[in-house]
Amino acid sequence: MVSKAKQLVRGGIGALALLPWLHAAAAEPAARPESWNLLNMPKGVTSVSQNVYDIHMVVIWICVWIGVAVFGVMFYSMFAHRKSRGHKPANFHESTKVELAWTIIPALILIVMAFPATTSLKHLYDTSEADLDVKITGYQWKWKYDYLGKDVSFISELATSQASIYGSAPKTEFYLEEVTEPLVIPVGKKVRLLMTGADVIHSWWVPELAVKRDAIPGFVNETWARVDKPGIYRGRCAELCGKDHAFMPIVVNAVPEEEFNAWLAKKQSETVALRALTEKTFTQDELMAKGEAVYGRTCAGCHGAAGEGVPGVFPAIKGSKIALGPVADHLAIVVNGKSGTAMQAFGAQLSEVDLAAAITYQRNAWGNKSVDNIVQPVDVFKVKNGQ
Amino acid sequence: MAHGPAKGIGRWLRATNHKDIGTMYLWFSFAMFLLGGAFAMVIRAELFEPGMQIIKPEFFNQMTTMHGLIMVFGAIMPVFVGLANWMIPMMIGAPDMALPRLNNLSFWILPFGFSLLAATLFMPGGGPNFGWTFYAPLSTTYAPPTVNFFIFGIHIIGASSIMGSINIIATILNLRAPGMTLMKMPMFAWTWLITAFLLIAVMPVLAGAVTMMLMDINFGTSFFNAAGGGDPVLFQHVFWFFGHPEVYIIIIPAFGVMSAIIPTFSRKPLFGYSSMVYATAAIAFLSFIVWAHHMFTVGMPLAGELYFMYATMLIAVPTGVKVFNWITTMFRGAITYETPMLFAVAFVILFTIGGFTGLMLAIAPADIQYQDSYFVVAHFHYVMVAGALFSSTAAVYYWIPKWTGRMYNETMGKVHFWVSFVAFNVTFFPQHFLGLAGMPRRYADYSLQFADWNMVSSIGAFAYGASQLLFLYNVIATIVAGRKISDPKVWEGAEGLEWTVPTPAPHHTFSTPPAIK
Repeated sequence: MVSKAKQLVRGGIGALALLPWLHAAAAEPAARPESWNLLNMPKGVTSVSQNVYDIHMVVIWICVWIGVAVFGVMFYSMFAHRKSRGHKPANFHESTKVELAWTIIPALILIVMAFPATTSLKHLYDTSEADLDVKITGYQWKWKYDYLGKDVSFISELATSQASIYGSAPKTEFYLEEVTEPLVIPVGKKVRLLMTGADVIHSWWVPELAVKRDAIPGFVNETWARVDKPGIYRGRCAELCGKDHAFMPIVVNAVPEEEFNAWLAKKQSETVALRALTEKTFTQDELMAKGEAVYGRTCAGCHGAAGEGVPGVFPAIKGSKIALGPVADHLAIVVNGKSGTAMQAFGAQLSEVDLAAAITYQRNAWGNKSVDNIVQPVDVFKVKNGQ
Repeated sequence: MAHGPAKGIGRWLRATNHKDIGTMYLWFSFAMFLLGGAFAMVIRAELFEPGMQIIKPEFFNQMTTMHGLIMVFGAIMPVFVGLANWMIPMMIGAPDMALPRLNNLSFWILPFGFSLLAATLFMPGGGPNFGWTFYAPLSTTYAPPTVNFFIFGIHIIGASSIMGSINIIATILNLRAPGMTLMKMPMFAWTWLITAFLLIAVMPVLAGAVTMMLMDINFGTSFFNAAGGGDPVLFQHVFWFFGHPEVYIIIIPAFGVMSAIIPTFSRKPLFGYSSMVYATAAIAFLSFIVWAHHMFTVGMPLAGELYFMYATMLIAVPTGVKVFNWITTMFRGAITYETPMLFAVAFVILFTIGGFTGLMLAIAPADIQYQDSYFVVAHFHYVMVAGALFSSTAAVYYWIPKWTGRMYNETMGKVHFWVSFVAFNVTFFPQHFLGLAGMPRRYADYSLQFADWNMVSSIGAFAYGASQLLFLYNVIATIVAGRKISDPKVWEGAEGLEWTVPTPAPHHTFSTPPAIK
């Protein structure tokens, strides 16, 4: 159905405008929240966001009043000076005084606006004396959060199912706004956010924090947020970053400090436990079960749910030379990526266990039968550490 | 002395007559407008409700990219070149454009450029999918293989623009009738003279940007690749050094059209002619020094951010002067509302709204929230559609009686206007709300709180699209069977040399220069 519709579109055939109506009859979306009254920028929960909101409102009202004055004159003239009402045209065509006035007055209004804007921008740029540093890395199409110096790091990606996106499952309240693991930050603390990109440029935007900063590969940008109110704040990627640009949301969970410390301690112990798991030897069934999940989450976006790829863009894994060839080559491309292509270095994103499971899955699924068909976490560890 | 046009297809292939070439430009741009519009319909159909229904995200990205490229380079830029070809020689009392063969070449390479571009949609890997701003490295390292066709397409389109600009400058500076000093020229000629200089200044910059991409992709350089010592942000600086003047290239000729139509239907001379000229020149100058306001979230130093904010805010001053002048032209006139005037009045209102949101976007701290959201999409459609497009539509209604010797159907024109006006606002006004509430642009799918206004916007877009077919019909009906007219001065209040030649305008006009009072 989807690909057929696509052909219609590409061929320029068919009444395009009617398609969504037809579809609406087929799969009614779930009840959605009342959104008619979402008209303005949120006031937000940081001093920066409240500052920005105030400036936004001041400028809007200045524009509204200028608009009332200018359009007032215009509408009066449009009505009163119609030929059909017998109005005879005047013949004036210049007046130095008037023209000077409407050059100078707007310039003065602009100067008035520039003051609060400058103050607010300086505040926004003051990243000094932070209590906590979090490095945010944008990947196609997920975010990675590193708590610098705390030995905690994880990937946060879309938790909405493909079935929900393509209409075969209902859309729930936080459709496209839910992630596998939110960024957790303490309330009342100044958190410095260090942004970078792993592949293309992304932009980390949470409206209620008034934080939007580009995540650029090869560079580190910094900005900050101090959230005053505990709560869950949702945002999105704001810079076009490829196919799944719309599918890499952001969720920030601001919690009281004690809760944050408890969470941090738990994450740290998980990191230790995961390292221990790296030394364990898994059975093929264990790896396959885990690998299927990792593959679906991380690899299927490009290489297809059944390893079929996208002809001309993303290679297939089913029957591929790499999946059937020597295990060293397979490990190398997954861990280090392939420069100059969209194939990322997954060594930096996934744990040894997840990588071993995904590679094992690729070498055994969909009729793939390779000679060295099992990869253990320790094999991945060796490649990651150049042994 | 005057001879008629050649017979058959040769008339068009070997055309050197400014009117024939103008006609071809106008039809070409209208065809591109319908194509880019069809892409917009696909986008709005997919965004009609949450979830992916009719296309996949990768194809959605190709649609947003191609919509932008086709509309900017294929529809709006050529339509004004077409109007310039038709009208500038007749407005300044010249027999033709100064460089007729160059004129032919600059038109005829366009179809090839756009064929290269559009053909990518049918190639393996699909068309360009990195947005019309094609930021690196999404458009280099991560681009589909068809990006090379895109690059050569842009080169060809750019070459065409440069040749067209050289021709317009040469015509205006050399072929004005004796006695027509620069400060006596109609505003449309003035705005095009300024636009042509902008084009010559920035199209080579665009060519440089895509050539650096070509090198990065195929020859191992790293202009935009940090891993090789380059900088992805460099691309944005180069692109917007072209891109910001580019948006004024699109809107400045529209100002010229407004300055022709508003006095005609107000039956009163244009107010503040010389301040109009200076304001246009000031806008053109400012366009070169404000580019990084498109990049407020890129991580510039505070000083850079402040400079680009102040410089951008300044643009409001000359733009304000233009709007005030148009309104004062109408003030105490004797106004009638034929279709061109309806579009012109709508232009003034909606362009001013787009100017207000432009001022908001200039405020750097607030722009942190607006940047790359639907608020920006709403803003630039207010200036591009209600600005540039409404103005070129008004121009066609205004001058088509002179071109064809036939009157368009006024009732149909008014219906076209009212449907366009209402549908435009239904489409784009809610996009302000979407952006402020947090919906980013170029999203193939969105969360549920954005559903209602997206649906409204899509309904408006379908109506807007449909109303343009009415326009096409009205134009064809006028050419084929419109009421014949022969008065040289088609409109009661019209002033200018183009209204002194017979209606319809003969193949050759002003073979001997007119006397200028």
